[in-house]
Amino acid sequence: MESPSIGSLYQDLILEHYRRPRNQGELPDRTADVHVANPVCGDEIRLQLKIAGGIIEQARFVGSGCSISQASASMMTSLLEGRSLTDAEALAKRFGDMMRGDADAARDRRLGDLRALQGVSKFPVRIKCAMLGFDALRKPLEHNSAISGGP
Amino acid sequence: MSPSTVTVTGSGIDPVAIRRDFPILEQQINGHALAYLDNAATSQKPTAVLAVLDQYYRRDNANVHRGIHELSRRATSAFEDARSRVGRFVGANDPGEVIFTRGTTEAINLMAHGWGLEFLNEGDEILLTTMEHHSNVVPWQLVARRTGAVLKWLELDDEGRLRLEALDRTVNSRTRLVSLTHVSNALGTVNPVADIVRAVRYRSEAVVLIDGAQAVPHLPVDVAALDCDAYAFSGHKMCGPTGIGVLWARRSLLDAMPPFQGGGEMIRIVRRESSTWADLPHKFEAGTPDIAGAIGLGTAVQYLEGIGMSRIARHEREVLHYALDRMSTVRDLRIFGPSDPCERSGVISFTLSDAHPHDIATILDAEGIAIRAGHHCAQLVMRHFGVAATARASFYFYNTTEDVDRLVEGLETVRTVFA
Ligand SMILES: Cc1ncc(COP(=O)(O)O)c(C=O)c1O
Repeated sequence: MESPSIGSLYQDLILEHYRRPRNQGELPDRTADVHVANPVCGDEIRLQLKIAGGIIEQARFVGSGCSISQASASMMTSLLEGRSLTDAEALAKRFGDMMRGDADAARDRRLGDLRALQGVSKFPVRIKCAMLGFDALRKPLEHNSAISGGP
Repeated sequence: MSPSTVTVTGSGIDPVAIRRDFPILEQQINGHALAYLDNAATSQKPTAVLAVLDQYYRRDNANVHRGIHELSRRATSAFEDARSRVGRFVGANDPGEVIFTRGTTEAINLMAHGWGLEFLNEGDEILLTTMEHHSNVVPWQLVARRTGAVLKWLELDDEGRLRLEALDRTVNSRTRLVSLTHVSNALGTVNPVADIVRAVRYRSEAVVLIDGAQAVPHLPVDVAALDCDAYAFSGHKMCGPTGIGVLWARRSLLDAMPPFQGGGEMIRIVRRESSTWADLPHKFEAGTPDIAGAIGLGTAVQYLEGIGMSRIARHEREVLHYALDRMSTVRDLRIFGPSDPCERSGVISFTLSDAHPHDIATILDAEGIAIRAGHHCAQLVMRHFGVAATARASFYFYNTTEDVDRLVEGLETVRTVFA
């Protein structure tokens, strides 16, 4: 018998992104390239962005790992394209709020498919998995705010 | 699951009675009875061990080898009795050869510092296997970097067994150290240590160190019969507390080695420029040891002896056979390690279709089943099989065939979620 909490964690949308990740691959004309790994479980994500004029024009990733980490990266990259770095930063913050159990964040339409990951907040040991893609995003964001003198 | 459905196995172990000694097993996890199948990571502790720790701190606590007073006498005698008992448990009858450490990791590091850095030279060869836990890999990499010694590797076959036929080529007169695990924590493979030692002795004068972290808890071990030179194990995987373990090594080896750490307890006379060392084993036990931990380990050993290591091994073998049979019915399940159950201990590493091991562990945890997922500190094994991680169920004598049934049901749930 499937316990309800597991059902709330493994939403169909998550499994769908896990099986058919969006934006997978490399960007030959990337301007940012970040590799992150979780040494505990071996999950890996390499995030590549093409940023021009403060806008993320393209986002791609390659990775391996659990359904949560890979689905999260797939959903995240789908939302990043065409967004300003400032927007991306707000998105990352909102996602972090949702992972901390913030119910408002979990209803925030701006999070798109990422909202399917709200169940992860009830599985503390898996939050790191969901955050892995955003960990990769942090570096280009910090780089940007360092250049522009703050968000 | 009602306890009355638990079957007594042919080993004569009555799991219902045994499980009463482990109150931690009685709890509910996420609304389900706990099925603890992560024993290769650490075992649970029987009430006898919990009681002796409590009693030591309530009644006998004092520093050892220092005071003249009654409590110090009691603490010292309990500590040294534990040493003798733990030594005898693995066939080591000279307590001077039994060094208390924090665990297997510290025991191997003690050998790496005390023996490796002291006696290895450029071009000397250290033979390891790709089955090793990181704690039997990294210390030797550090030693090799500092001494110029060279690491050589014994490889695995498709079933995760050592390619022993390669010993002919890999062991030679330059081989100074052979360090390998008795039982693999990632695959469950039981290595024929006595045969390997014999083969090494025939071809070299190498020192042989065995990592017994996964063997001593589960099998009768006799270091004299194995004929190795040093043997390391951890208390916490064999019903003892965390923070205590053992390095057993031949007196001749320990006598030749300089101390590992300096401090109190390990000296005889301290002068301004230099000091002389205490006798074995104290030469290698600088500072106040984990007295309670050692006493707890002594009691754990007594507890295991009460059940009998042969019975424990037999019971685990039955649970393992049952588990291998049942798990072979789960579609898309891939089990790593030897196909012949006689070549393995109660550790089953597996993957299930495209479900990541972490997802498997989360789904099982929601049903109260505790397993481990990851690389199990054996990335060389993972690489050998071309996987990043596996899920691992590992048994102890308090596990039952019902625990296995729960695991198999849980795996069917994983299959439905990831179908
Ligand atoms: C085969 C093996 N060697 C070494 C170790 C390290 O033991 P400890 O962490 O107790 O020092 C372990 C346990 O994790 C192990 O399974």
